[in-house]
Amino acid sequence: MLKIENLQAKVADKPILKGLSLEINPGEIHAIMGPNGAGKSTLGYTLGGRPGYEVTGGSATFNGEDLLELEPHERAAAGLFLGFQYPVEIPGVSFVQFLREAANAQRKGRGEEPYSGGEFLKLAKEKAGLLKMDMDMLKRPVNVGFSGGEKKRAEMVQMGVLDPKLAILDETDSGLDIDALRICGEGINSIMRQKDKAVLLITHYQRLLDYVKPDYVHILSAGRIVKSGGPELALRLEDEGYEAVVHETAA
Amino acid sequence: MSDTLTLPTRRDEDYRYSDLAALETLWPITPEEIHVAAGAEESLQVVLDGEAAVARHLVITLEKGAKYDLRVLSAGPVYGRFALDVRLGEGADFTFGAAQLATGSENLEIVTKVVHAQENATSAQIVRTVLAEKAVGTYLGCIGVERGADGTDAEQSVRAMLLDRTATANAKPELEIFADDVKAAHGCAVGELDAEGLFYLMSRGLPPADAKRLMLQAFIAEAFSGAPESDELNAAAQARLEAILG
Repeated sequence: MLKIENLQAKVADKPILKGLSLEINPGEIHAIMGPNGAGKSTLGYTLGGRPGYEVTGGSATFNGEDLLELEPHERAAAGLFLGFQYPVEIPGVSFVQFLREAANAQRKGRGEEPYSGGEFLKLAKEKAGLLKMDMDMLKRPVNVGFSGGEKKRAEMVQMGVLDPKLAILDETDSGLDIDALRICGEGINSIMRQKDKAVLLITHYQRLLDYVKPDYVHILSAGRIVKSGGPELALRLEDEGYEAVVHETAA
Repeated sequence: MSDTLTLPTRRDEDYRYSDLAALETLWPITPEEIHVAAGAEESLQVVLDGEAAVARHLVITLEKGAKYDLRVLSAGPVYGRFALDVRLGEGADFTFGAAQLATGSENLEIVTKVVHAQENATSAQIVRTVLAEKAVGTYLGCIGVERGADGTDAEQSVRAMLLDRTATANAKPELEIFADDVKAAHGCAVGELDAEGLFYLMSRGLPPADAKRLMLQAFIAEAFSGAPESDELNAAAQARLEAILG
């Protein structure tokens, strides 16, 4: 589904990704872990096409398409969803209006009929219910006045409505209390754990992986994946710390 | 504000950024008088959406306890001037919400003088301007508080959004206060659309023009919030925004 080969990217002239390779197949859940500054968020933003994240080498192919050639909205229409570590507040823009326009823009891009108002509300209500979110909250401006946990749950509601093929979730677990963590984890499983979908979880901690069990865990350090393994690798990291595990690889 | 028949020049503060060639074709501007009787409540909305140059000058007097709600959408004229002289009596309340949307080489301006002549009057002005290409948008707004007009509460919120670096926004909020017990708040900012917000919207599938429109709609809606016909104004603004964003 996603094939990243030797990806290199810089931000403000500073090289961050230095030859990252990764392949994700349908039905798989991957976790990328790594210390601060390793390039985890840069990977997410680069794949999402954020301005200022300049690709200097390598490739990323998404379902046979050159992902890096696409505009951010085209990447979304192709089935990529980027969950933000810090979802952006947009005063005055209603969450449901934005989400409906976004969903319909994607459908239009794929040559599908737009959702009617009724269809959309039904879908949004269903996904909001899944994330235990009050529909009234979604009538408010995008993320404005949402708590940290509400912002992350609202991201998952968006993911549910937009129904992507691949979700890259950047520290969805940060800023969540124990209950919200469980709700988000269950939301990810219910929306994305399917044969034809895949997830790339970017995280610092094992705790989200207790709910969303990864098939593969990768350690990112200094812009490269330095070690890959199964779920046990995340547990080892939690016990021994990044330094010990990364150092062992380098030796 | 000058009511003379002589065509103003650049030295005239109130006409400093005007399109003088266009102004000449409209000169002199006939003031339109509006008188709101004591205790009366009235509202007016003005939509300037034709392409032709237009200049209007409203002179509004609010008697004791009168309320007036004025909303203006200036979206289309090659040159559009909207000037306002308001005089508030005791306890009167004046609301002014305006949006100016321009592209190409259009020049739009709003020039206001709001005078609190007596005690305890309130006034609020919200002006939102969106400018693309080489458009010029101006707000010159003076709040005057006369001697003895204690208990005055006057607000001015002026913001302009530049969609291209080639557009120009001029803003000059002014206060002339001759009373002691006065609350006067003014805020003024010229900026660009929040890049982070735009990327967020686009990452969800909105094409750039739609993402910008959505953010600008919210920006403009602030000027029409609470207006009796806000839906109509917002719809007209949206149509113009779509044309500007192409």
